[in-house]
Amino acid sequence: MFDGYTLGELGSILAMQGFAGLTLFSVFVLMALGLAIIFGQMGVINMAHGEFMILGAYVTYVVSTVFADFMPALFGSYFFLAMALAFVTAGALGALVEWAMIRHLYHRPLDTLLATWGLSLIMQQVFRSVFGAREVGVTLPDWLMGSFQLTDLIEVPINGLFVMALTFLIALGVYLILFRSRWGNQSRAVVQNRAMAGAVGIDTGRMDRMTFALGCGIAGVAGSAFTMIGSTGPTAGQLYIVDTFLVVVFGGAQSLLGTIASAFVISQSQSTMEFFLSGSMAKVLTLLTVVVILMLRPQGLFSLKLRR
Amino acid sequence: MRFPRPTIPIFGHATRSKPTGVLLGAALCLAPLLALAEAPPTEEVSTTGLAVTDDTVTVGILHSTTGTMAISETGSVQAEKLAIQQINDAGGVLGRKIEIIQEDGASDWPTFAEKSKKLLVEDKVAAVFGCWTSASRKAVLPVFEQYNGMLYYPTFYEGLEQSPNVIYTGQEATQQILAGIDWVVDEKDAKTFFLLGSDYIWPRTSNKIARKHIEKLGLKVVGEEYYPLGHTQFNSVINKIKLRKPDVIYAIVVGGSNVAFYKQLKAAGLDIDEGKTTLLTISVTEDEILGIGGENIEGAYAAMKYFQSLDNENNKAFVAAFKEMWGEDSVIGDVTQAAYLGPWLWKAAVEKAGSFDIDKVREASPGIELTTAPEGYVRIHENHHLWSKTRVGLARADGQYDVVYETEELMEPDPFPEGYQ
Repeated sequence: MFDGYTLGELGSILAMQGFAGLTLFSVFVLMALGLAIIFGQMGVINMAHGEFMILGAYVTYVVSTVFADFMPALFGSYFFLAMALAFVTAGALGALVEWAMIRHLYHRPLDTLLATWGLSLIMQQVFRSVFGAREVGVTLPDWLMGSFQLTDLIEVPINGLFVMALTFLIALGVYLILFRSRWGNQSRAVVQNRAMAGAVGIDTGRMDRMTFALGCGIAGVAGSAFTMIGSTGPTAGQLYIVDTFLVVVFGGAQSLLGTIASAFVISQSQSTMEFFLSGSMAKVLTLLTVVVILMLRPQGLFSLKLRR
Repeated sequence: MRFPRPTIPIFGHATRSKPTGVLLGAALCLAPLLALAEAPPTEEVSTTGLAVTDDTVTVGILHSTTGTMAISETGSVQAEKLAIQQINDAGGVLGRKIEIIQEDGASDWPTFAEKSKKLLVEDKVAAVFGCWTSASRKAVLPVFEQYNGMLYYPTFYEGLEQSPNVIYTGQEATQQILAGIDWVVDEKDAKTFFLLGSDYIWPRTSNKIARKHIEKLGLKVVGEEYYPLGHTQFNSVINKIKLRKPDVIYAIVVGGSNVAFYKQLKAAGLDIDEGKTTLLTISVTEDEILGIGGENIEGAYAAMKYFQSLDNENNKAFVAAFKEMWGEDSVIGDVTQAAYLGPWLWKAAVEKAGSFDIDKVREASPGIELTTAPEGYVRIHENHHLWSKTRVGLARADGQYDVVYETEELMEPDPFPEGYQ
């Protein structure tokens, strides 16, 4: 397996693989954070999560087109505006969906699954009708393309670094909002004991809507970031949904820390095995490992200790 | 004259496409009168109860206009409708106007089978133009063989199939692969290859053929990798490629994965346009580049039989007509052109047979030539595939290809290549 490679080459490859693993880790965290809030905190199985991501991607596409047509001079900075708009759009749609659909279904989790799956089909078809069935290409500003050449073999993709930084910021933001703000306190109170939270004067309906919107908004930002590494098409959301649920469930649905830990475990084992085995085989082994661990520990890696 | 843009039905019901517009309407009213004089009587040209009247003949179009495959199949539908409209404008087939019944396969293989049965049994169509993926073709094949229909299948595919009820207007694998590899060996002095593909039948069969051919030439395959359909993270394999330093990356990645692969390849600094490594693909047409973005794939080579930029009179007329019907910003890929050939090949076979009967059309098909094909000259082989040239294109940043090579001779279709399995 290592025949004919020098020690230097092996070192470089280990470094590169480590970086690839970290990029994958960031992607997983970014995908899963929104769902961890919606599924983990609220218990809503949102099958349309991937479509909220793609909504963010399409917002990015629209913003990039507008900038290219009307403000080519500012094109380099469109990405930040695009991410902000993706957050607002996906969040607003999330709030609307919660108001129109989800809030009537809190006591019927299986129906939520069907309803959000239907929502995902509707959203796919809307994307198809508005933007066409074909994938659209999002042009990146020049500074996001290319890579830093460190040594002859080691090259660090800039967009990988960007995704990592973004993931860190968003994870930090979610942590501050949920665990260090008054709003987060209320939100968690509603999740843990709705009746009691209502009794102490928290508007539980409003809390639900805001929490759901926050999760969807983060999905939108994730989708916006993924235009750098993946495709933007009506059904591209389906590519992410399985991995997203995998990460959240494996981590222990109610724990944000668990989500991050599970993203780390899955991404590192995936990218290490991908290097030594073939791509399909690596996926099979990763899934098998997850299944076995979930059989032994159905609550996932981390779980909250709650009095039930 | 234009057809209205097709609206996409959410629930996949059949849309019976009818030409609109006063001019076309008038032409249609007049046509039977003009045509009746010469059209042979229906009982002569149709003896098996197909949907043929004194002035019309009905055919089916069966593609996915909803679901994940709609991305790819939309172009084929457009090309087939264009061909049929042009045939109608030129007087139809045996004096009969072609009418279309369009069904939606909805990217779901059992639906394809069900809809093809409906087209053959209820609508009794004289021919079906359709399918895109091998999976959908395999699903409808038993139906076409049982009810004796005729399918014109446009996609390049893995070969290993030959049915009396299918005419394959795209290339089978050897037609796409052998000449491309010979070219890269001659032109780029390639010695080592890294084979990469999505994990299903077409890339695996194609890479098998490619590997055999490379090894026959005495050259070396330094890696072969497959990733699940829809895979979006290619960093590991890109690292492997960097380590093995192949002369050629032979990539058969499809669908959404394609976009991720080329974007990450570009970001990883593996420059395919600076001569160190050549990237040769058989899965990226102009259609796919729309999603990938020209700047991400610039400098890659593709082996196909058709590129939109082909410089000949047939193609110029075809591209102009396509854009007039479907919009200025239309992009035409290899499969779209192959789909355009279907109705024309069927028309030629029907006229040669003097009949719409499936058996007679089948008998007449081998040897049918088309000199007006956008790709140039094509001819139907005994084995129901097309003789056609292989070409190599160099991807430009604007999403088009520069044709840098074409085989001198037509490549013989060989769906069961000996020594390659």
